[in-house]
Formats: sequence, C-alpha cells, structure tokens
Amino acid sequence: MNYTFIALVENKPGVLNRVASLFRRRNFNIESLAVGRTEKPDISRMTVVVDCPNGDLDAHKIEANLYKLVNVIDVQDVTNQPSVTRDLALIKVMVGPEKRAEVNSLADIFRARIVDVAADSVIVEITGTEDKIEGMIELLRPLGIVEMVRTGRVAMTRGVNDGVRRVPGANGSLWREDDESGLAEY
Amino acid sequence: MKLSGAEILWECVVREGVEVVFGYPGGANMPLYDAMLNYPIHHVLVRHEQGGAHMADGFARASGKVGVAMATSGPGATNLVTGIATAMMDSIPVVFITGQVAAHLIGGDAFQEVDVTGITLPITKHNYLITRADEIAEAVREAFYIARSGRPGPVLIDICKNAQIEKTEFEYPETVKLPGYQPVDHAPKESLARALQLIEKARRPIILCGHGALMSGAEEALMNFAVKTQTPVASTLLGLGAFPASHPLSLGMMGMHGEVHTNLAIQNSDLILAFGMRFDDRVTGTLKTYAPRAKKIHVEIDPSEVHKNVAVDVPLVGDLKTVLADLIPLVDEYDHDEWLQEISGWKAEADARSIMNWPEDDKLYVAHLISDIWRATDGNAIIATDVGQHQMWTAQYYALEKPNRWLTSGGAGTMGFGLPAAIGAWFAHKNEEIWAIAGDGGFQMTQAELSTAVQEGANVKIAIMNNSFLGMVRQWQEFFFEKRYSAVNMRSPDFVKIAEAHGIPARRVTQRSEVAEAIAWARQTPGAVLLEFRVEQEDAVYPMVPAGAALDQMIQRPVKELASRRNP
Repeated sequence: MNYTFIALVENKPGVLNRVASLFRRRNFNIESLAVGRTEKPDISRMTVVVDCPNGDLDAHKIEANLYKLVNVIDVQDVTNQPSVTRDLALIKVMVGPEKRAEVNSLADIFRARIVDVAADSVIVEITGTEDKIEGMIELLRPLGIVEMVRTGRVAMTRGVNDGVRRVPGANGSLWREDDESGLAEY
Repeated sequence: MKLSGAEILWECVVREGVEVVFGYPGGANMPLYDAMLNYPIHHVLVRHEQGGAHMADGFARASGKVGVAMATSGPGATNLVTGIATAMMDSIPVVFITGQVAAHLIGGDAFQEVDVTGITLPITKHNYLITRADEIAEAVREAFYIARSGRPGPVLIDICKNAQIEKTEFEYPETVKLPGYQPVDHAPKESLARALQLIEKARRPIILCGHGALMSGAEEALMNFAVKTQTPVASTLLGLGAFPASHPLSLGMMGMHGEVHTNLAIQNSDLILAFGMRFDDRVTGTLKTYAPRAKKIHVEIDPSEVHKNVAVDVPLVGDLKTVLADLIPLVDEYDHDEWLQEISGWKAEADARSIMNWPEDDKLYVAHLISDIWRATDGNAIIATDVGQHQMWTAQYYALEKPNRWLTSGGAGTMGFGLPAAIGAWFAHKNEEIWAIAGDGGFQMTQAELSTAVQEGANVKIAIMNNSFLGMVRQWQEFFFEKRYSAVNMRSPDFVKIAEAHGIPARRVTQRSEVAEAIAWARQTPGAVLLEFRVEQEDAVYPMVPAGAALDQMIQRPVKELASRRNP
C-alpha cells in the first residue's frame, strides 16, 4: 500500500540526497517525490509517496528514520488524515487539426487545459488526484500519447496544522493492543 | 579577531576538551596540521587511517568522551571508512575531520578528490562538507554535540583546503541551533503506567541489557531496578560490564554464543525488559520463535529501533538512565525465587559441559587462556578484542565487573579492531592495565599499529591466539559446510620476531605449563608486550545457535568429546 509523508526539511545543499539515500538504505521504494519551497525561505517541503508492503509498521519505520536525519524538522504521515492531494501532468498527444476538437472536449470533461498547440500535436495540462489523471491518460492513449511528465503527488492536510513535532513511539501511538493491533501480526 | 579556518577548527576542538587526536597528514589537510602546532593537542601519527579511526573509537569507548580522528582527502579519507562504519554500528561518538580539495575544484576529479560526504552519508550520524572558513565554527560545535547526544554516533567534517586557509572573523558559537535534532529524554507517563502493569503481572521476567545501558550511564539504575524487582539480567555482547558478572542476578551473555541457561531463560520468559538494545539477529535467533510467550517492554532512545526487528508491547522511547529513574520509585518490590531457581537448574546442567571443567592436558584452549588472564588481572583490565572465535571466548570468560572496559566491534564485526582500539584506550587510561586480544588473522590486518604503540610508548599487552586458521570461518565450515575448508588455512609470520623488530618484548607460549609465568612476565614488563599463544587449532566456540535457528536450538559442546578427553 502507498503511504504519503510530508517532510519539512532545512533548505540546505545535499538534503534531498540524504532523504533519498535513506529510502535506498532502508530498502523502501519511492513511488514519487516532490520537493519545493515553502512560505519560509530556509525550509523546503517534500511530499514522499512510498510503497509500504508491511503497512503501518513500515510507515513507522520511515517516519522514525526520517526524524533521525538532522536536517529533517518535521514529518507527518498524512495517509489517513483528511488532506488535499494533487498531481500535475503534461501530456503531449499526437493529433492533427482534425482531431483537436476531440482532445478539447475530453479536456473540458476533466477540467484540463490545452496549453500548447503545434501542427501535429497538442500539450494537455491536467491537475488532480492520481485517479483522475490516470482516467484522462486512458482516454488520450488511443489518440497517441508521445510524451508525458508528472510532478508526483503533493499533499496538504486540511484545517490548521497543530505544528506539534511528533516523535514516533514517544506519544504512545505505537502500543500494541492485544486484539486490535496490526502490529501483533507482524 | 580574524583567524584562518584551520585555526578556527582547533579553537573549537580545544574548547570541546579534546587533548589527543589520531591522524595522518596529506596534501589536503596540511593547513590543519600547520595550525595544530600552536594548540595544546597531542597528535598520534598512525600507520594507516583505519588504525586511527579505531584508536579514536577505542578512546571514546574507554573514556566516554568524543574521540577525534583525522585524515587527508581521497585515499586518506576512504581508509577511514571501515572505522567510521564500525563506530556507526556500535553508536560510538567520534568526530572525523578530513581534508578536501579546494572548493572550486570539487566535481572536477582533482588529485586525491573523492566524494567523502557521499561515501560516508549512510555510515555517519551526520556529516558536513565545508567550503568556506566561516562555516567551520558552527559545524564543529554541532558535530561534537550530535556525536555525543541522543544515540551517539560518528560525525564527519570534510573541510575544503581553501576553507582551511581563508581568514575570517572568529566568534565561538555558544549555542547549537538544530531545529531538526531534538533527542528525547523522558518517556511519557502513560507509557510508564502501561509498563508497570506488565511488570506487575510478570512471573518470569528477564532484563536484556544492551550497549545503551553503558552509553546512558545507567549502571546504577539498572542495578537498583534489577534488585528491587528481582529480575535476572542477560547482556548483549556490547552490554557486558553494565551489570557485574559476579552478581547473583547476572546471567551473562545472550545470543548466538550466549550461555545456554541465558537463552533458555529468554525463550521461557513471560516478560522481556529490553534496556538499550536493538534485538540484533545475533541475539534473537530466528524471530519466528523468539520468546513466544513474553510481553515486551523496550526502553530505547532511538525511535527507529522500536518495532524494527521485534514488535514490542510497550515502547518507552527515552534515555535509559532517565526512564529507569522515573520507573524505579513507581515499581513494587517482587521476588521471583521460583523463576530464578529454574534458571539455576539450567545453568547447572550447562556447566557440566563447560570447558572450564576439563582436566589439564597441556594443550592450549583459548577459553582457559582468557580465564587465566582474567584471574591474573582480577577481572579489572581494559580488554580490547578483534573479531572471531577469540572474541566470543573473551566475552564468555573474561567476566567483567565494571563498565567501559570492554572494547569490541559488535555490530560491524571489524577484524583488526583490537590492537588500535587498545592503543586508543591507553590515551584515556594511562595508569590502567590494557590487554589487546586478537586472533592471528585479525591481528595482521592492523599489525602496522605496533609501530604506533612503540612511538607513543603505549603500555598495551597483546595476546595473539594463533590457531593458524581463520577460526570462526573454519568453525562454520566444519559445522555447516561439511568440513570443506576453503581459504581458512593461514600461515603467519613469526609474531615474536615481528614484535622484536618493533622493539617490543615478546614470547611464544605453546604449553599450558608456561601460561601463568608468561602472563606474569607480560604484566611485569613495562610498555607494550606481545604474547603469541599457539592454541588448539580446531577448537570451536560453544554453545552456538546456528544462524537462522531458534534461540534455544543450541549446539553444545559434545559430551562424547568431553568423555574421551577425560579418559584418554
């Protein structure tokens, strides 16, 4: 199952490498990784989507290991939190003038936009959840997708974040209840 | 006040209380070496950077302070790598300072340029690449703080040559500002309450004491807790010394070469109190059948260790000493007489097979030799070992009463560690007796440091257990590869002559009758001394839990063998 983490990190050289290297070192596969600036110039924000075959146990491992990086300020596992997630794709479709209308109407349905038109191709920009983008891709594929780029997921929790730094294991969240725990099966 | 980057480095290092540095100069760190002459630093010129890394490590283990090792760029720095990984795996606070080519040359494959921060990223707690002089003070201050706080570990500072030379305004940073680094101390109250419930219900509890007990300085708290709750204490390889071996509640070492009764106690326990240990595969055996009926409380400073190998019932994330101080007043007094008697019964059965009960047959068995050294030194020496059979025998038979006298590479299992670690420890405790115990294989990996020992006048007694084999690999080949010996037969040089070439008095011991006198001679002779023991070639370390087997599936010393030796 894919889990989504938001990490706030110091905006310093090499920090992305430290984070990426950690996933490799601990044998996790990154599905997507998006990095950018935040409202504070000295802090960058990463949204990392990771495959966690062992569920919460892996998620805990990732969270705890991210905290071990000195440059990582805060980590949130937002997988099960109410949050807004978005991905952006640019899709170049091989269509001449005769089929542009078809692409256009598809784009309308998905609230996507045609952002560039060349003699024999168009570029469609779509923003949304991965599901929505996958849906659009499936419909465009028969028309001939020649190139595609995606940003990977970015995520933000809803409401005002409490700003509390959560150290895994210190807040009691990792207790194993006799009956209802996923950990007991591990 | 304007100072060069190199001067700033030493200003900061001296303020950390550092007096001795182990290192090797080269092109990219010459400004550091030049500036060092003006500061009260004793520099130990090692013979290979790996030796320097292990010396700084041994110094740190023996002193509880941060060790410091230096190297130049490129091959100098890469030679440190084994030592850095060794310190990382065992959570040892060492600051490594490496020279780097000038900042404008980075990425251009300049002479002796290697991406050292890249290489050491996964084997350091943190590292720095310094390209400007004005970054040095803050980095050094942070490096020492990070190395010794929380779960300790190695930190590397890679300093470009231009940053060493440039002059800049020096102001010592009084505070460390690390928003992303906040080690925890106390465990939350509600977790303590849950732990107390489990402790109250337990009838067969056992403490698994790890290296964390020593790193945290929790020896006294551990004793108080164990005595108040009458809970027996088993130790990991690195936890040895935290709890006195002679104490009635001490069970000695657990795990692959742990005591039989200790492993049985773990497997039959109903509550495991894991104190500053990480359920390494060498102490658990297969996890499928590990302590199946035990609830588990895990006191651990590093949250990433919680549930890593073994899912636990109550994690107490915090500093062990602090957590125990919080826990002891809350816990009731218990007696677990029935449980302790049951364990004593297992111990009596196991003792019957002990090699210590063998009659003298004038052959040299390492277990006997370690016991002899232990007796001669009253169990009070600082002991550094290499890795392999002799390491396990030393762990089994040098019964430690006091903390921080046991220097051994546990997690990384680094051969060649013993001699340099012992030399490093000597700089921390010049008036103590220090023994380096090594096998013939590991000793030759860092034997060049004999020369360092002599140059520094290090008073280190060296015992080589020479069985002309890579003993542990040979043992595995005997047990698990149908005795097909592959690449384990080792022909070594004349170690006595090697020692003598360095000006080190040395003796070879081949018979049991010579042992006591040779040990006495080594102890009386001032300075470094080397003893080579020609030991039984194909002895094996027992008991042994084969890799991947259950913890109670131990191979024990064969009774048949025992009988034939008794009645030859």
